Amino acid sequence: MTDSAVRNDAPPSKPTLTEVAERYPEPSGKPSQWRGRTRSILKHAALIGFGLVMLYPLLWMISSSFKPDAIIFREPGLIPTEFTWDNYTDGWNALLHPFDHYLLNSAIIVFGSLIGNLVSCSMAAYAFARLEFRGRNLWFAIMLMSIMLPIHVIIVPQYILFSSLDWINTFLPLIVPKLLATDAFFIFLMVQFFRGIPRELDEAARLDGCGHGRIYFKIMLPLSLPALATTAIFTFIWTWNDFFSQLIFLTRPDMYTVPVALRTFIDATSESSWGSLFAMSIVSLIPIFLVFLFGQKYLVKGIATTGLK
Amino acid sequence: MSVVSELRGMGGKKRGKRQPSAMRKGDGKAAAIFLAPWFIGLFLITAGPMIASAYLSFTDYSLLAPPEWIGFDNYTRMFEDPRLINSLKVTFLYVFISVPLQLAMALALALVLDRGLRGLPIYRSIYYLPSLLGGSVAIALLWRQVFGADGLVNSVLSVFGIEGEGWVSHPDYALGTLMVLNVWTFGAPMIIFLAGLRQIPQMYYEAASIDGAGKWRQFRSVTIPLLTPIIFFNLILQLIGAFQTFTQAYVVSGGTGGPADSTMFYTLYLYQKGFASLDMGYASAMAWLLLAIIAGMTAVNFLASKYWVFYND
Repeated sequence: MTDSAVRNDAPPSKPTLTEVAERYPEPSGKPSQWRGRTRSILKHAALIGFGLVMLYPLLWMISSSFKPDAIIFREPGLIPTEFTWDNYTDGWNALLHPFDHYLLNSAIIVFGSLIGNLVSCSMAAYAFARLEFRGRNLWFAIMLMSIMLPIHVIIVPQYILFSSLDWINTFLPLIVPKLLATDAFFIFLMVQFFRGIPRELDEAARLDGCGHGRIYFKIMLPLSLPALATTAIFTFIWTWNDFFSQLIFLTRPDMYTVPVALRTFIDATSESSWGSLFAMSIVSLIPIFLVFLFGQKYLVKGIATTGLK
Repeated sequence: MSVVSELRGMGGKKRGKRQPSAMRKGDGKAAAIFLAPWFIGLFLITAGPMIASAYLSFTDYSLLAPPEWIGFDNYTRMFEDPRLINSLKVTFLYVFISVPLQLAMALALALVLDRGLRGLPIYRSIYYLPSLLGGSVAIALLWRQVFGADGLVNSVLSVFGIEGEGWVSHPDYALGTLMVLNVWTFGAPMIIFLAGLRQIPQMYYEAASIDGAGKWRQFRSVTIPLLTPIIFFNLILQLIGAFQTFTQAYVVSGGTGGPADSTMFYTLYLYQKGFASLDMGYASAMAWLLLAIIAGMTAVNFLASKYWVFYND
């Protein structure tokens, strides 16, 4: 990786033999090396500039959350000329309940979904990856297709079902399906991972008299921590960001989660209080950002190996 | 390995996996236990509601009275509903413009970042971050402001002496702002492209180079053909996702799909019909049309893939 700073001027492709030779120039190669360095600097400048443009709205929102409302619209710049914490204190209490109430609701749903996905999906994945049973390929195909099923096709009867159980305005419609492995994507992710674990390990355990329960608990799960981490991270982010089902199943303000509560900012406050709206938006994004920061490795791996949105 | 390639593999030849001669003793019982939660979920939360929804699509149902059988009325009504036809138009426009743009952007950036660039992890993170945040209500609210009449875009434009529109409140531009939002989240497909590029064996480039192929020729004859399965995978995934866009349209338009229905996405209209007007029979019929569209489009893609996707196996 360190040698790439020397020459970066060719169009994108893997280096060829000649190129590799050029990458390690004789110590005396002056003019071309110099030109290469300039190009490399230009390329990095362009990449950084582009990144800045992309992240600018986000950075501007952060900076605006510390500006008094009166100057937010007049200042496209990032450095506040006047600094205030008011947006955070006002925003926290701008809705019917203080914002921590919504944060707690979201956290409960995320926690339940995490447990549900980790347990139920890994169990199903174990069966698909390691057990021989009748109709396995058919069930596996059904599971794969259920990944692509749009939620809209089932949301209306689900609503009817959950309302007949009196579950509307509880967290159950959002947590119970996860306990039943309906996020089939994670089954697939873990099947892929389990397939990579050498079969010799569980065959040996089986010879030693281990049942499937113990193989699953003592061999598969401990060896699958990366897949479990990826599942946990994506479950966290998707559940935290989820809006559609929370909007439908939670209609009472004291049950609102962060996204549903944020949306009511538009009705509850006049358009002039963008400051507190921004402040609470930032608060709502902080957990995602932290997960991103600490879970990056698993995020990138998870997407790269299985490909998902 | 992806869902797409897995499904592709199922239809065709058996892969060289060992087929055990006899079922192992006790596996069936264990499978029943391990799969129990998934089976219950499949039947109660997924398949059951699917069947119910198919039934409801032939009824008039408002939650308050029992469903009343009306045959194909909901379906014929759909084709005479100008708002529904408009919502299809809006959704197709959004999908067919923003998805190719997003993928082109993802591919371009992946090509620039490939080649062991110094600082690659940092760039990758920066470009990927919007993908994680893009679906949130917070970002949709930010978009509403950024493209508002006195939003960030216009204050930047005014620095150059240009007076901008209220982008989100103008029927000609509102949908465009949502397309920009979708393109903004190109990071996830970019990471998939990066992983795909890394899998192309170095020797192909070396062989091409020995044969006298220039950089452009290598890109066209090595990189692109070997990348087509990844392009295909990304395309399927993003198309399916884009068809179901809801949050962004809901929040940016304040739940109305306005101005003048210009951001009335199909899913938003379905939500309004089902959960605001409680016209649940109609909403169910709409849901099945959506499924038919997505399935049809995916099938066409799979068929067409024979002509342009190159599988190296």
